Amino acid sequence: MTERRSPGGDMLTLDTPEDGGIRYWLVGLNPAAKLLAALTLSIGLLPAMDAVTGGVVLVGILLLLPFSGIDGRTLLVLGTPFLLMGLSSGLVNYLYGEHGVEGALGAAVRLLAIALPGLLAAVSSDPTEMFDGLVQRLKVPERPAMGVLAALRLIPLLADQWRTITLARRARGLEAGYDPVRAVTLFFGRLFALLVRSIRTGTLLATAMDARAFGTGPRTWARRSHWRIADTALLVGTVLLLGAAYTFSARSGTLVLLFS
Amino acid sequence: MELSGWGWRHSGRTEYALRGVDLTIEPGERVLLLGASGAGKSTLLHALAGLTGDDAAISGDQEGTLLVDGGPADRSRGAVGLVGQDPETQLVMARAGDDVAFGLENLGVDPGSIRPRVHEALRAVGFPYGPRHSTGALSGGEKQRLALAGALAMRPRLLLLDEPTANLDPEGAELVRGVLGRLLAETAATLVLVEHRVADVVGLVDRVVVVEPGGGVAADGDPSTVFAEHGRALAARGVWVPGSEPEPVLSAAPGGGARLEAVGVAARTPFQLGARSTPRRVVLEGVDLTMRAGTATALTGPNGAGKSTLLTMLAGLSGPHRGRVLPHGPLAEVDRRPLVRWPARRLARHVGTVFQHAEDQFVTTTVRDELRFAPLRAGMGESETDAWVDELMWRLRLTTLADVHPYTLSGGEKRRLSVATALSSGPSHAPDVLVLDEPTFGQDTRTWTELVELLGALRAEGRAVIMATHDDLLLRHRADGRVYVGGGRAVCGDADRKERAPAGKRTRRAHD
Repeated sequence: MTERRSPGGDMLTLDTPEDGGIRYWLVGLNPAAKLLAALTLSIGLLPAMDAVTGGVVLVGILLLLPFSGIDGRTLLVLGTPFLLMGLSSGLVNYLYGEHGVEGALGAAVRLLAIALPGLLAAVSSDPTEMFDGLVQRLKVPERPAMGVLAALRLIPLLADQWRTITLARRARGLEAGYDPVRAVTLFFGRLFALLVRSIRTGTLLATAMDARAFGTGPRTWARRSHWRIADTALLVGTVLLLGAAYTFSARSGTLVLLFS
Repeated sequence: MELSGWGWRHSGRTEYALRGVDLTIEPGERVLLLGASGAGKSTLLHALAGLTGDDAAISGDQEGTLLVDGGPADRSRGAVGLVGQDPETQLVMARAGDDVAFGLENLGVDPGSIRPRVHEALRAVGFPYGPRHSTGALSGGEKQRLALAGALAMRPRLLLLDEPTANLDPEGAELVRGVLGRLLAETAATLVLVEHRVADVVGLVDRVVVVEPGGGVAADGDPSTVFAEHGRALAARGVWVPGSEPEPVLSAAPGGGARLEAVGVAARTPFQLGARSTPRRVVLEGVDLTMRAGTATALTGPNGAGKSTLLTMLAGLSGPHRGRVLPHGPLAEVDRRPLVRWPARRLARHVGTVFQHAEDQFVTTTVRDELRFAPLRAGMGESETDAWVDELMWRLRLTTLADVHPYTLSGGEKRRLSVATALSSGPSHAPDVLVLDEPTFGQDTRTWTELVELLGALRAEGRAVIMATHDDLLLRHRADGRVYVGGGRAVCGDADRKERAPAGKRTRRAHD
């Protein structure tokens, strides 16, 4: 296997090039720290309705982007829906809101500033490391967390089964053509078939987990989730950014709070 | 390991899967467990692994006693390693090393000694990648070897293998069997193995136990004695016995004109969701194939080479990335357009498709409705339909199951029903082309023979049959032409020549 220049891996693994350096700074942090930071920003921004507070945070996050190891394609695939969401929220506020352009801009920026940190935390983390961080650092109950991690593995499988079921329906002569009502009924038929398949697949996976002694007693951890100075620094930086955003908007007189 | 008068009934069933099993297995024995399909072999393995019981994965009622190492099986969980047949659902973690470590974590093994044991297990199965390799990027054979490593790392005293090679292509299966043979020579672990392809594994075991559906042990002893004494009876009941393979009665292939033609067909991997998904890539290119009436063509080649994708394109279910699949002869009189442009209803009448997983193609709630579906849509009258459906059910031994839900059928019954649905449009207008994906996979000898003879009859009627298969016996009996799919291309060769025949005239090389 040759090491790739861009972040490698697939849906469930994230491999960083060994000589990645500062470009992959965020990837190297503990996922628990990233998640906490994202949560802090999201909750911290809830009361601020104006564009300036959210804007300062958004600028801070965008400055972090070059060090998150995210490549252009991923950013495009994941960022576009958020951008559209922000724009549409802004548009709705502009058309029906009471605060005109200012309120609309505030809504759009706020939405992006609240959503982006979580996205960044998720995309820059290896799911297995995220699981380790949640269980070992944030003391999330292990059994359900493991269930979610194992279920993630089944998503590509589910996509395959959906494709097969769709083809099989055509083979049996079932197709909606241009009839929208029929399309809906057929869709739910396929959904039910997929449900049956996925329950079966889930049961098989649960059996395989049980066969490897899952749930028989206390577990040990093969991987350690380390908490480093950089992780603490990220949290401190997050709080400072939030503080700076509120101070700046309050000083410049633009701060609008939710219930004021 | 001791069973006396043991029986098991799955919750919600009225009949016992197994009953009155008396069996003692000494430490270090290597046992092959045989039985017709639906005889409860997997159930017995799961029980030995401690997976059955009140708070375990599989619920139901137990009778009699089952002791592993002198205690109930559920307490010895972890002392037992189990590997199942489906490579997709054996692995839990996203990386190879983490997956092997998973069992050790569950056993509470000291973290410091987990890593060496993981490396040891990966080495033992000849795993070709490092421990950080993604488990999603492995082939079926590699996945099964990794699952074996996960079981071995736990250092079980009892190793239970439930058809570990069933879902693999011949190369993958050979690799896993090779690893197994080497491991068994090295360890003293007791082995209980379930395997349909008896001839391939008979060298690995020193004892054969045959179980009866709903009953107990039918035969027990060393392989040569069991096969000599009970071979004929076992074969008649559907067990694959070396030396008594079924001999289907087939009429000659009449041959005929072209029905379908693939012209310069290329196929891509399906679109993947997700941030780090691999972009779509071309797996097959420049495939030119002609399917003729009265001829059976077999697609062979490793898993993942694109056989199933090619089949769905030939059946008109999905569109090729490049190139076209065109109808010929009577099919072209119905509709001249490429097959993928045909409306589904028309396609279903003229091209029958049988999927690898039979459940995927069931659309109603009873066996009878499933078979009535196509003829009624084709415009056949009620009474005519019922007569035809009754005949079809009788021919495929489904009459007693007419009102059962298709999902609750056994594997063999599901396969027979899925073939029947593809043929059910009616005797006068059964499909001109029949496309099958691994039709004989995992079937016992009775179903196998019925299927092969049915396909033979269809061929004799002048229908074009194309199937993807790994089944050597099927290839020997049924294939008039072979197409090897692999390395991005499809190579035609006739049935007498071995696979990987040199490129035929009608095949171009892929731009690799």
